[in-house]
Amino acid sequence: MSTPAREALEHNATPWLFGVAALTTAPHFLHQPYWLSAFASLVLLWGFRLWQRDLRLPGRWLMIPLVIVGCAGILFEFRTLLGRDAGVAMLVMFMAMKLLELKSRRDAMVVITLGYFLLLTHYFYSQSIFTGLWLLTATWLITAALVRLHGGPASRWRATLRYAAQLCLQALPFMLALYLLFPRISGPLWGLPQDALSAKTGLSEQMSPGSIANLVQSGEIAFRVHFDGPLPASDKLYWRGPVMEDFDGTTWRQATARSAPERVEARSPPITYQTTLEAHNQRWLLALDAPTTLPADTFLNSRMTVNARQPISQRQRFQLAASLDYRFNPQEAPAVLRRNLLLPSGLNPQSARLAATWREREKTPLAIIEQALRLFASRDFAYTLQAPLLGTDAIDDFLFRSQRGFCEHYAAAFVVLMRGAGIPARVVGGYQGGERNPLDGYLVVRQSDAHAWSEVWLEQQGWVRYDPTAVVAPARLESGLSNALPFAELPPALVRLRSDLMRNLRHRWEAINNAWNQQVLGYDPLRQRELLARLGWPDADWAKLAGALAVACAGLLAVVTAWTLYQRPEHDPALRLWHKALRHLHRRQVNCAPWETPRALARRLDSERPELAAAFDRVVEAYLQARYGKVPGDLKTLRERVAQLP
Amino acid sequence: MGLLSRLKQRLFRWQSDGTGGFRLGQRRVFIIPTRGGLLFALALLVMLIGAINYTLALGHALVFLLAGLGLTGMVHTFRNLYGLLITPGRVEAVFAGETAHFQLHLGNDRRVPRLALELTTEAGPAVVTDINEQDKSTVSVPLAARQRGWLELPRVRLASRYPLGLFVAWSYLQPAMRCLVYPPPIFSPLPLPRPIAASGERRGDAGQDDFAGFRERQPADSPRHVAWKASARQGSEQPLLIKQFAGGAEVELQLDWSSTDPALPAESRLSLLAGWVLTAESQAISYGLRLPGEQIPIAGGAAQRHRCLAALALFQP
Repeated sequence: MSTPAREALEHNATPWLFGVAALTTAPHFLHQPYWLSAFASLVLLWGFRLWQRDLRLPGRWLMIPLVIVGCAGILFEFRTLLGRDAGVAMLVMFMAMKLLELKSRRDAMVVITLGYFLLLTHYFYSQSIFTGLWLLTATWLITAALVRLHGGPASRWRATLRYAAQLCLQALPFMLALYLLFPRISGPLWGLPQDALSAKTGLSEQMSPGSIANLVQSGEIAFRVHFDGPLPASDKLYWRGPVMEDFDGTTWRQATARSAPERVEARSPPITYQTTLEAHNQRWLLALDAPTTLPADTFLNSRMTVNARQPISQRQRFQLAASLDYRFNPQEAPAVLRRNLLLPSGLNPQSARLAATWREREKTPLAIIEQALRLFASRDFAYTLQAPLLGTDAIDDFLFRSQRGFCEHYAAAFVVLMRGAGIPARVVGGYQGGERNPLDGYLVVRQSDAHAWSEVWLEQQGWVRYDPTAVVAPARLESGLSNALPFAELPPALVRLRSDLMRNLRHRWEAINNAWNQQVLGYDPLRQRELLARLGWPDADWAKLAGALAVACAGLLAVVTAWTLYQRPEHDPALRLWHKALRHLHRRQVNCAPWETPRALARRLDSERPELAAAFDRVVEAYLQARYGKVPGDLKTLRERVAQLP
Repeated sequence: MGLLSRLKQRLFRWQSDGTGGFRLGQRRVFIIPTRGGLLFALALLVMLIGAINYTLALGHALVFLLAGLGLTGMVHTFRNLYGLLITPGRVEAVFAGETAHFQLHLGNDRRVPRLALELTTEAGPAVVTDINEQDKSTVSVPLAARQRGWLELPRVRLASRYPLGLFVAWSYLQPAMRCLVYPPPIFSPLPLPRPIAASGERRGDAGQDDFAGFRERQPADSPRHVAWKASARQGSEQPLLIKQFAGGAEVELQLDWSSTDPALPAESRLSLLAGWVLTAESQAISYGLRLPGEQIPIAGGAAQRHRCLAALALFQP
C-alpha cells in the first residue's frame, strides 16, 4: 500500500527532529560522561550539517563501526550495557545515531518515540517541580514535531505549536484520571540494578573525627516530619541512626554481632508522627527515640535502631510513634556489655589513667558521668567545625591538647572515658533537632542537623542517653547549629538562614516542595486507598479500580470527542433553517449539489421526488423571502414551513 | 456474491447519483492504529513498567499523559475526515495509455484546516491534499487508462494520519464517475480527400465555423448565400456580398472504417481512424466518420473531434 514517495521524510520537517533530539538528550549531559556528551553533540551537529547541505547520509560502513565504538565506550565506562546509567547512555547514543539515518517517516517515528522514552529517563535523576513543568513543555514540543511530521508541507509552525498545545491540554484530564485511578503497584517489580542506588549524602555506618563536621556543611534535607500533636521540645528530638560500638582508635563502627532482642518500656504516652525520608541508601529510618509502633516491613534491631528490610533508595513515607521517656534493655546480654567496655589496647594512656582515677575515687557510675561532663564544661573546650588534626592517640590529643572539636569528638571522648571507668558505653549517630516550617507545620531535618551522642548502660535503668555536646554548646540543642557555631565558621548552607527574608523565602519554597512531594510524588498504593476511602469507596480493589478507570476514560473520551467535533452553528438564522431543511432532504436521499441554487433544487425535486416537491417549494419561497426579501427577517414562516416538511 | 463482499458493498458504496455532494458521516470513517501507533503503545508499556519498577511518580504521569495524547490524537484524526464534503468534478476524456484524472472537490466547512488527506485507488499513486479552514480544494485522482471505452472510477480510499500519525482514519469513496478513453491514435497519412462538390453543401455546417467576413458575389454563387442586409448597406452600385466562413475546409474527408486495412485487428483499425481524426483536426480539414452501423456527418472543430473519437472509443465491432 505504501509508496516510497509518500513515506519519504520531508526535508523541512527534519529540523524538528533535530530539535527533539537536542531537547531530550541535552539535560543528560549534566550527569553522563563527558565523552558521551561530546560524541552525541558531534553526531547531532554532523547530521544537521548533512541536512543543511542536503548531502547523502552515511551508509552502513560508517554506522556499524560508530555503534560499536559507542557501545565499547559505554561498556568501558559503566562495565555493563544494562542497568540504569548505562541504559540511559545507550539511549542517548542511539538517539544521536538515528539522526544519521533519517530517510523515511518511519525513522522519524522512531526518533520521536525514542524522544518520549528519553523524557522518562530524566526522572531517574530528579522529580522536582521544575522537572515536572519541563515534562509538560518537552511533551508539548515533541508532540509539535509529531504534528509537523504528519501535517506535510502545508503546516505552519505557529499553527503546529498551537495544535500540539491543544492536544496536550486535552490529554491532561486523561493524565489526571489515570494518575488517580490507575491501580498502583509498589515497585520494584524485580531487583534493581546496583547503580539505581548511587551515592547520596547522609550518615554512614562508621564515624571518624571530622565525618559529621563534613556532613553538616550540606543544607540538604534529610527528612521531614509531621507530628500529629504539638511539636516536642527541640532538645528531646534525637533521631537515631546507626549505633557504633567497635572502636579501633580513630573510627567507630557498627557492631555486626547479633544479640538479645531489645526491650523498650515506654514511660510516657506515645507521640505519633509521620516521617518522609529522602533517599539515603541505608536501611535505618532515623526514628525518634524511643520507637513504640513500627511501620510494616521494618524492624527494631537490638540497638533500638529502626531498620527497613531494603535500603531506602527513594523518598519514602513512614508512620511511626515514639515515647520520649523510656527505659531500654535494663537486662542487657553480658556479651553486649563486655563489647561496650572494650578499648583498643595501648592507645590513649592519659585518658585511661584519668578514667582509672575516677573509677577508684567515685562510688557510683552516675558520679563518674558527672565528673566527665564537668570536665567538658569546666575546661576550655570549644565547639567548632575546625578541629585540628589528631595523632595516633586521638582521644588524648583531643582531651588534653587541642580541646577543640565537633560533636563526634565529644561523643567519642566521652565513651572512651566511660569505658575506661568501667561503664558500658557506645556512640550513637543520627540527627538532632530540626527546623519547623511555619507554613506547613512540617519539621525539616537537614544534613546540617547530623549529630553524634553517647549512650551509657546503667544498672536497672538500661541504656541512658548522655550528650556531651549539650554541656559544651547548649545552644546546639536549643536552637540548632547555626546559633551554636561562631559566625565565621558557619557553612555556606547555613549562613543564609540567619537572614530573615531568606529564611522566609526558603520556608515558602520548601513548603511548596513538600506539598509536591507529599501529594504528587508520594501518591502510592496507600495514598490511593486513602483517597478512595475518603471519596466513599473504602474497599476498592484492583478490578474495581480498573472498572472505574475504564468508565472515567470513556466519559472523558466522549467529552473530548464532543468538544472536538462540535461545530459552532451558523450565525445567519435563515441559513441555519435552510441547512436544517437540507438535512431533512438528505435523510430522504436527496443531496443538494454545491452549485445548485434553492430554486434549481426545487425544480429537480419536481421531477425526481414529486411527493416532496410541494412542501419544499414553500420552504424555498420562505427562505428566499427571509434571506433576500425586502423585509428580511421573517423567520417565523420559514421555521413553520421547515417543520412542516414531510 | 459472498457474505463478506456483500457486506463490503453495503458498507462502502456511495449512494449518490454522481451529481450531489456527499458528506462523510461517522459510519463511513474507520480508524485503526498505524504501525507507528503500535510502536508508541509498546514504548508506553515499557515506560510504565520502568516507572513502576523505579517508582517514578513523574514517570507514571508522563506515561499517562502520553496515553491521553494517543486517545485525543485518535479523536483528532477522526475529525480530520469527519464531515468532509466530497463532490464529483470534471473528468476529461483521455487516450488509452494516458492517465485519466478524476476531479473531486473536497469542501471543509470547519474552522480548522484539514491537512494531509491522502487519496489512493488500488491501482494508482497516492494524491495528498490539504484544505484550509472553511475552504475548498480540488484534487485529481489519477488512474491509468489502459483500454478504450468507459473507465469507471474504482473505489477511492481517502485516508489521513494527521495530526499524530498514531492512528489512520479512512473512508472508501465510490462516486459514480467515469472517464471516456479514446483509442490510442496511430498516425499515418490521411486518405485521399474527396473534392468539394459544391460550397452550398456546407450550408448546414455553417454554424460550426467562424464567420470571417464578406466577399463579392461570383456568378456561380447561389442567391441564397447573398448577405442581403450588408449588400443593402453598400448601395446599389456595388456588387452583392456573400458571407464567408473561416476554417471552411478546402477539402472534405470522409474517414471510413472500410478504408482501413481489413487484415489489421479491429483495435488497430480504430487507432488508425483516431490518428486520422487528430491529423485532420490539426490540419483544419472537415471530416466525417463512417463506422459499421454509425455515420457521423462531415464537420470540423472540437465538438466534431470529440464526437468522432467517442464513437471510436465506444465502437463495438
